[in-house]
Amino acid sequence: MSASDHAVSLEAQIDQWRSYLRRRQAIHAVDVAELEDHLREQVAALVEAGLATDEAFLVAVKRMGNLDALSREFANEHSERLWKQLVVVPPGGGDPSTRSRTDAFVAFALALAAAVAIKLPVLFGLDWEHENRFYLRNLSLFALPLLAGYFVWKRQLGARALGWLAVAFALAAVFVNVYPYGPVGATEALAALHLPIALWLAVGMVYAGVRWREVGGRMDFIRFSGELFIYFVLIALGGGVLTAFVMMMFEAIGIKAETVFATWLLPCGAAGGVLVAAWLVEAKQSVIENMAPVLTRLFTPFFAIVLVVFLGTVLWTGRGVQIDRNELIAFDLLLVLVLGLLLYSVSARDPQAPPGVFDVVQVVLVVSALLTDALALWAIAVRINEFGFTPNRVAALGENVILLVNLAWSAVLYFRFLRGRAPFASLERWQTNYLYVYASWAALVVIVFPPVFDYL
Amino acid sequence: MAINKDLIAASSTPIVLAILAEGDSYGYAILQRVRELSGGHMEWTDGMLYPVLHRLERLGHIEARWEVAESGRRRKYYRVTPTGRDQLAEERRQWQAVDATLRSIWNALSIPAGDSASAVLLPQGA
Repeated sequence: MSASDHAVSLEAQIDQWRSYLRRRQAIHAVDVAELEDHLREQVAALVEAGLATDEAFLVAVKRMGNLDALSREFANEHSERLWKQLVVVPPGGGDPSTRSRTDAFVAFALALAAAVAIKLPVLFGLDWEHENRFYLRNLSLFALPLLAGYFVWKRQLGARALGWLAVAFALAAVFVNVYPYGPVGATEALAALHLPIALWLAVGMVYAGVRWREVGGRMDFIRFSGELFIYFVLIALGGGVLTAFVMMMFEAIGIKAETVFATWLLPCGAAGGVLVAAWLVEAKQSVIENMAPVLTRLFTPFFAIVLVVFLGTVLWTGRGVQIDRNELIAFDLLLVLVLGLLLYSVSARDPQAPPGVFDVVQVVLVVSALLTDALALWAIAVRINEFGFTPNRVAALGENVILLVNLAWSAVLYFRFLRGRAPFASLERWQTNYLYVYASWAALVVIVFPPVFDYL
Repeated sequence: MAINKDLIAASSTPIVLAILAEGDSYGYAILQRVRELSGGHMEWTDGMLYPVLHRLERLGHIEARWEVAESGRRRKYYRVTPTGRDQLAEERRQWQAVDATLRSIWNALSIPAGDSASAVLLPQGA
């Protein structure tokens, strides 16, 4: 081998050694650089003493010591490094850092815009005290367009996506605002509740961008939604603490801060919080473990036990399920919860892994939820004539059916998977395709329900 | 003769501080100096020096800076700080006390010191 061959192979070896070292969490890039300088110096000294390059490399690496022990020493000295930190602006400059800085800047600017947007109607005389129905109807139209805009910018989707989005949000705004809702406001409340669900699909389409047509892209959106929810709740908790302090401190000097809280802090914070949470989810994606799957892992067994015990009690005591509208909604929420548990376990599961104990627990959960819901539906079917068809009941019933169908087919797919008849991916495909059903139903409730029920 | 790990660990602070008190230096050179001074008896695992340096840096005894060495590579140099010098003086007092105690007891025992005179000096750099 010639001298240049030696040099090439030495560089390759050092590269390999460096990348091996980089995988240690406790050893940062600057430390690797420091150690590499040492290694090269050592190799040079050994070569000068008469060793061949590759021998010198081996001796130098050996002298450096056992990497596990070294990494442990580094971890002892820098224990904070074992806690992954979200570095918004990584030190050391370079292209990725300017990128994430712009990202943070855009996200916070949009959060500010959302906070301003929610106060804009006040300029037109629409304040919360007198026009709270206006705000409830349009709640999703303050933050969601900006959130969608953030992803259009981030995914560089271009003018076509932007125009398409504008049409979707404009249509939504028209439908919730032109209908002559009556004083009872039942269909109006339903529209207010369902509009965010319908529009969330539009957010999902821009979130996934070109990958929306793939199962993976839609699954990422489901993961994003779960994490966003958790981060939003965390931000809200922090906001609550901040508010409590503001109230307490101003109370101490004899000023009531409640109105400032209700008219400024709460709405602006909530609107801006959506964007900040979305940005956080994106920024920490690869840094911190996803929380939603961890929580589902923790709670799936508990909910499975509760449902099984409930069913057992019903069978044992022979008590019929007494049901009115509120309880039907409670059963809807139960199905949503079980679906959430299923969805976020699915989202974190390695599709290639063979069936395990947790999958069985999951099936028990889904099947017991189905049986519980069947009891509720049976009760409501028996007394359907007493109830009559109000918009709320139809909506609650429709949602129940949608969730029931989803969970029933999920149970079938899960059974097939457990028995080795179908791949896990078929369950993923089913869940991600079902996103359209939720959005369509929500759109139906917003658009069709009011005229059908005479704007009740 | 291999020196026991605990002794190496305990003596690493005064040794590193003292070497840096001679002048600013960097990891590899510090290790070379240790070999030279100990006649090859103090065999540190090379990598283990760095956590020690980082600890001293965190304690404020030394400070680090990156410079471009004559080889063209970036190299991290360390310099002892005033608190580091104070620490060195303190360590020195303590080690002298230990040393004096040991000397007295060796004299009292008057047992020959074993193979210290005939210790094999390890070849440098190979």
